[in-house]
Amino acid sequence: MLQGWVVVLTSFAYLGLLFAIAYYADQRADRGRSVIASPYIYSLSLAVYATAWTFYGSVGRAASDGVGFLPIYIGPTLMIALWWIVMRKILRISKANRITSLADFIASRYGKSALLGGVVTLIAVIGILPYISLQLKAVSNSFTIIMQYPAIVMPATVGALPVLQDTALWMALILALFTILFGTRHLDVAEHHEGMVAAIAFESLVKLLAFLAVGIFVTFGIYGGFGDVFARVRADPGLAPMLTPLDGVAGSYASWAWLTILSMLAIMFLPRQFQVAVIENKDETHLKKAIWLFPLYMLAINVFVLPIAFGGRMHFAGGNVDADTFVLTLPMAEKQEWLALLVFIGGLSAATGMVIVETIALSTMVCNDLVMPVLLRLKRLRLAERPDLTGLLLAIRRGAIVAILLLGYLYFRLAGEAYALVSIGLISFAAVAQFAPAVFGGIFWKNGTRRGALAGLTAGFAVWLYTLLLPALARSDWLPRGFVEHGPFGIELLQPLALFGLAGLDQITHSMIWSMIANIGAYVLVSLLGAPSAEEHRQASVFVDVFHREGGGARFWRGIASVPDLHNVLARFIGAAAADDAVSEYARARGRHWPDDKIEADADFVHFVEVQLAGAIGGASARVMVASAVKEEALTLDEVREILDEASEVVIYSHKLEQKSHELEKATTELRAANERLQEVDRLKDDFMSTVTHELRTPLTSIRAFSAILLDDPNIDSAQLTRFVSIIAKEAERLTRLINQVLDLAKIESGSAEWCVTRVDVKEIVSDTLSRMSSVFKEKGIEVETQFPDRLPRVNADLDRLVQVLMNLLSNAVKFCQARNGRIALELSEGAGVVRVDIRDNGPGINPEDQTVIFQKFRQAGDTMTSKPQGTGLGLHISRQIVEHFGGKLWVESRRGEGACFSFTLPIDVASAEAQIA
Amino acid sequence: MNKPETKSQRLVALCLLGALLFNYPILALFNRPTFFLGIPLVYAYIFAVWALLIALVGLVVERGGR
Repeated sequence: MLQGWVVVLTSFAYLGLLFAIAYYADQRADRGRSVIASPYIYSLSLAVYATAWTFYGSVGRAASDGVGFLPIYIGPTLMIALWWIVMRKILRISKANRITSLADFIASRYGKSALLGGVVTLIAVIGILPYISLQLKAVSNSFTIIMQYPAIVMPATVGALPVLQDTALWMALILALFTILFGTRHLDVAEHHEGMVAAIAFESLVKLLAFLAVGIFVTFGIYGGFGDVFARVRADPGLAPMLTPLDGVAGSYASWAWLTILSMLAIMFLPRQFQVAVIENKDETHLKKAIWLFPLYMLAINVFVLPIAFGGRMHFAGGNVDADTFVLTLPMAEKQEWLALLVFIGGLSAATGMVIVETIALSTMVCNDLVMPVLLRLKRLRLAERPDLTGLLLAIRRGAIVAILLLGYLYFRLAGEAYALVSIGLISFAAVAQFAPAVFGGIFWKNGTRRGALAGLTAGFAVWLYTLLLPALARSDWLPRGFVEHGPFGIELLQPLALFGLAGLDQITHSMIWSMIANIGAYVLVSLLGAPSAEEHRQASVFVDVFHREGGGARFWRGIASVPDLHNVLARFIGAAAADDAVSEYARARGRHWPDDKIEADADFVHFVEVQLAGAIGGASARVMVASAVKEEALTLDEVREILDEASEVVIYSHKLEQKSHELEKATTELRAANERLQEVDRLKDDFMSTVTHELRTPLTSIRAFSAILLDDPNIDSAQLTRFVSIIAKEAERLTRLINQVLDLAKIESGSAEWCVTRVDVKEIVSDTLSRMSSVFKEKGIEVETQFPDRLPRVNADLDRLVQVLMNLLSNAVKFCQARNGRIALELSEGAGVVRVDIRDNGPGINPEDQTVIFQKFRQAGDTMTSKPQGTGLGLHISRQIVEHFGGKLWVESRRGEGACFSFTLPIDVASAEAQIA
Repeated sequence: MNKPETKSQRLVALCLLGALLFNYPILALFNRPTFFLGIPLVYAYIFAVWALLIALVGLVVERGGR
């Protein structure tokens, strides 16, 4: 048997567990190790969207019209896909301006207007009351029903109880106490409630599991799966029309579409959704997971709605059981007492989650945007002079929580009985949808003004009041029914449910159409007709351009302030310790140590204090408080506009400029490189020309000189004649050689030289070359030593070129050998994959500093200006080019006075070497 | 076009696709008394499109860096 005390005890144990979780999370947060900084917790906390409405009401709605419950979850699925654009912007704005609630957001956007904040708060509180009453109704009904176990008796038949015996009242009071303990134990500067978020995430799990449990039980326990349920529905003539649910109601596609739109807006503008999605958000990137996890959660919690709804209709065919209670009454009818208890706890968690977050969010609004601005303006209270206001702030919030819940209870007593759960909730949805034009306009449209927002909100809200709330009250006989049926004073055109004769729609669609026309129309029209004030203009820019602007509002401030004054203001609202921390933090960010170092009370500091204050008392009140502590020179609209236009123009301009300068830089670099290459080529050409000319002139000069002597003196003796002619011949030969080499070099360097590469035997070529030069050696009396190994691998080379290299190196050796006892040693050997040739002479050797120079064009060892050059200065350069072309190396080792050894290597012919050479 | 912009545009496209599939007249095409795997067609359609939409949104938002 399910005893009453078991239910009560379990409920309190569950609330206790919630509180323990919240306490633990708060403790962790204080130690800086947040448990809620996770995208999964964030997604689960968004599921506070699923309330008792979802838990009990969806089934109720499905039982009456089949698919009507679905748009409420499909809308958010569509909307959340846009969060990547919309919500990221709202998050960015809220973090930069320390927004504490939806009212604060709207008030801040439109020039930190206290009036607007108050209006938004009023709309939110009045609009949400039906929604809170829905939770109270659901929980108190489920409590009444489960207490009657095993009988199934509807609460309505129990009869109206006196107020003090009404469970809903006790529920409201317990929840108020609980919320106060949760949300207002201390004042958080940033309005973060980590404990609350952790508890809400846990509640989301509980309600999902409870609902899935009952869903599985009904679908697979009572019936034989989905197919079985629907087969029975088809067989039942009363239910069969449910299989094509969209036919029945006139205009049902329109109402389906409007419900989708309505819930798209609700997921953003319900105060509790704004609270968990924006205010409690720890990290923008959590959106990424939430965007698909939250819809998945909604899909999961809706899968079993239809089987339960149809199961309930078939099970309680008599129609005397309210469809809103099927979730609970089905397990009870099947005598599943523990499952019924689990369902009750699930419903409790769905309702408490909503009530806790909603009332915390609303109490913040009531305190920051409704009560405080009024109190601060009342000069008589001298509030501004009190040293510490944190206690007052907490008291206001606690009072607001109790008041909101009692008002919710009042609405439940007044109008709750006449409506199903979903219909009650939709009234609230339609109320918060009124915030949409002001918020969307506020973040994307700079020309929206404070008056426009005020006009739009009040017009929309008035229509809502007239077309939804008053008829709801009238239906419970708190207002004359005739007012609804025949219009006020009998004016048919003004009937609240068919305004201006627009009939044939359901209440919500009807109200949404008229309120949105009034709201958007007034907002746009009034905004366009009036001009914004300086403050509005500046805030519009701060909000709309949040992604393009750094820093925020500091640059708009001008006046005189003092650090101690501002510090005092801060300390009064957030407490002395927190104020000290905040100012120290500010100083540290600027490399100072406060209070040892002085900090400037400049625009930055004033802005900083205002933002900090905004976190505690909202933007509008913070503005008032800061203004009271400093002497501010008001900026005119033109000045603000100037700063803004200048700034935005500068931003755009500098973007363009940056891009241009990037392009320019790239082009410049390319140009510079090209220019350098050109200059180098030019210089090389000049060098080459002058050197070649110089080199050519030397032999030419001697040829001319000696020919002139021969011409001038015909009687020259024959010995003399022979000598001169031989000099001329020699110089001519040198000239020829030089020209040949220059041409050769030009060919090699330009890459147009022809190479006839074959596999050659180095030993054979060397022997050949030595024998070709033997006459030269003999003439100079030079002794040549050779040392050849027996076998040498072949190499790939051009035979003629290789001979050229050898001849060049050997004639160099001959040239520099000692005049007497000249000796040249030629050695062939095989190294690591190469054949190596060493040619050693016993000449004077080469200075270390000359050893690299000699391989350059037209450069020779020693001073070419004083001593007569002994060659063209091109031989070694060409030789090295040739050897390198074959993939080898050419170098010299020498010490002064010890002769020189020129060596070169050639890679042995293997496949890889072949490839390289070819 | 850089990555974040592409991602935003894809998400907007998915939102519009969802709005299209979940409204008249497409929705009306499935509002007929036939069954799909034992489930009435219109319910099967709505839940299937819903699941598909979530999968696509998840794919778009999770893929391709931050």
